Amino acid sequence: MRKGEKFIEAFLFGCSALTLLTTVGIILVLSFETIGFFKDVSLIEFLTDTQWTPLFSNKRFGIMPLLAGTFLVTAISLVVAVPLGLVIAVYLSEYAPGWFREIVKPVLEILAAIPTVVYGYFALVYVTPWLQELFPDQVGGFNALSPGIVMGIMILPLISSLSEDALYAVPKSLKEASFAMGATKLQTVRQVLIPAAFSGISVSIVLALSRAIGETMIVAIAAGQQPRLTANPLVPIETATTYIVQVTMGDVPYDSLEYKTIFAVGMTLFVITLVLNNVSFWLKKRYTQAYR
Amino acid sequence: MEETLEKPEKPVSRKKPKMTFESKGRTVYYQLQDKIFKYFALAATSLGLIVLVLLLYSVFSSGFDRLDWDFITSLPSKRAAKAGIYTAWTGTLWIMFLTTIIAFPIGVSAGIYLEEYSSRSRMSNLIEINIANLAGVPSIIYGLLGLEVFARFLNLGASVLTGSLTLALLILPIIIVSTREAIKTVPYTLREASFALGASKWQTIWNQVLPASVPGIITGVILAISRAIGETAPLIVIGALTYVPFAPTSPMDEFTVMPIQIFNWVSRPQKAFAENAAAAIIVLLSITFVMNAIAVYLRHRSQKKVKW
Repeated sequence: MRKGEKFIEAFLFGCSALTLLTTVGIILVLSFETIGFFKDVSLIEFLTDTQWTPLFSNKRFGIMPLLAGTFLVTAISLVVAVPLGLVIAVYLSEYAPGWFREIVKPVLEILAAIPTVVYGYFALVYVTPWLQELFPDQVGGFNALSPGIVMGIMILPLISSLSEDALYAVPKSLKEASFAMGATKLQTVRQVLIPAAFSGISVSIVLALSRAIGETMIVAIAAGQQPRLTANPLVPIETATTYIVQVTMGDVPYDSLEYKTIFAVGMTLFVITLVLNNVSFWLKKRYTQAYR
Repeated sequence: MEETLEKPEKPVSRKKPKMTFESKGRTVYYQLQDKIFKYFALAATSLGLIVLVLLLYSVFSSGFDRLDWDFITSLPSKRAAKAGIYTAWTGTLWIMFLTTIIAFPIGVSAGIYLEEYSSRSRMSNLIEINIANLAGVPSIIYGLLGLEVFARFLNLGASVLTGSLTLALLILPIIIVSTREAIKTVPYTLREASFALGASKWQTIWNQVLPASVPGIITGVILAISRAIGETAPLIVIGALTYVPFAPTSPMDEFTVMPIQIFNWVSRPQKAFAENAAAAIIVLLSITFVMNAIAVYLRHRSQKKVKW
């Protein structure tokens, strides 16, 4: 009997240790191919060159255009999602009647359950033509603005939900004290609740940022495949994730330099999101300690 | 009443503090501001809902006419009007089935270990941080892992098995976290009662803890699977094809899935293919929503029924 139990425990431990193996696997695979990549391309070129053309005959390997594309779309999505998400969070936690909140919150969370390829379709087939009507002759068939806006809608529930939890976690006594001083709800929200819930709100924003950077299908469908160092949201660009999709959809032989580029790009993405995720853990830790 | 007992030295003025014109004006201003914000916020919240409705409407209006039995049973074709999603949904079913078989036992076991066995050791701390980190890794990175390890190193190619293994790793963190949450809700007294009757640790877990947390675990697994069937990027990266003229019949066959088929159709300039994409999206969304509805229902029922 005891032996059986020991065996079961060992099996269960093995299963949880498998998650460690996944991380080790990701790091090994990315490092292995990235090191191979840097045997042919210098790190300085990778970080400073302003062109990314590994698939052309004149090969240039500067990651900047891909990162510029990624950050441009991400920035647009945050401009959409952060104000809107915060206002929704404040409304649901402070103003809305209970029944309204009970219905609206799960409905908004449907937005998070929709597969991203559907958002890509929506961006390309509806939002881009709509933008083209709004700004005639200026908006390309592929651009950063349309997927940016749509991605903002995708990460909206992440921000509104987590921020609402953070607002809700502020001790009621603080709020009541503010009301007792004669403050209106809006004054209380602005001067008491948001400062008190600030780290929780920033956790939601950092997580949304990390989600947006790693998002693939919306940009692969609607943003284009032209790596370009620009801040203009109306022209086609390419994000880091789109590049990986573009290469893997083609016929690139294993162990070629083109094949290694996707791992170098993947490594860059992995490092950025890893840093952002750990910033959010750190913020979260601080915020759970704040009020006890 | 208390005031009369205490006999204050100076009689307290009973008059209300004088409200000057300025301070009254300000109060009105702040209250007005509050009201305006309230309606503005309601509008913002509605905007979120309106976009959802718009999205669903746009998909249904352009895809619904295309959706018929032929569309579901036809093979892909270069002619938009003849093309169907047969290979795509069979591929999705295969992926769903295999991914569940792989991820469910491993994820639940890991969740049980972390909640019931592991003490606050450095190892379990490490595993916990690691799982939180894995949950934040972009899905496309899992694709790169699957491409290198499963497709190339283990030589499984762009098969259903490679896709399922990759997606299983992707959804493991979700299953583990939800299993732990479900197990946490089982009160400790239940375990003590079981121990008091002489049950061993595993007997307690198997006969008491797990049955009590089944709805929570199943909810988490369903949500994880619904996430997996919507994933596109990792499967493209491992090399899943956009055009497969046959349905997979074994785990080693090449495959395509619904989201990749949609991606393929959306990427073509002809309007007829966009309509195909919309029709396929209706099918994909229906599957996703039904799974989410089941999960929400299960969670709701388990919250209602079980009162410790």
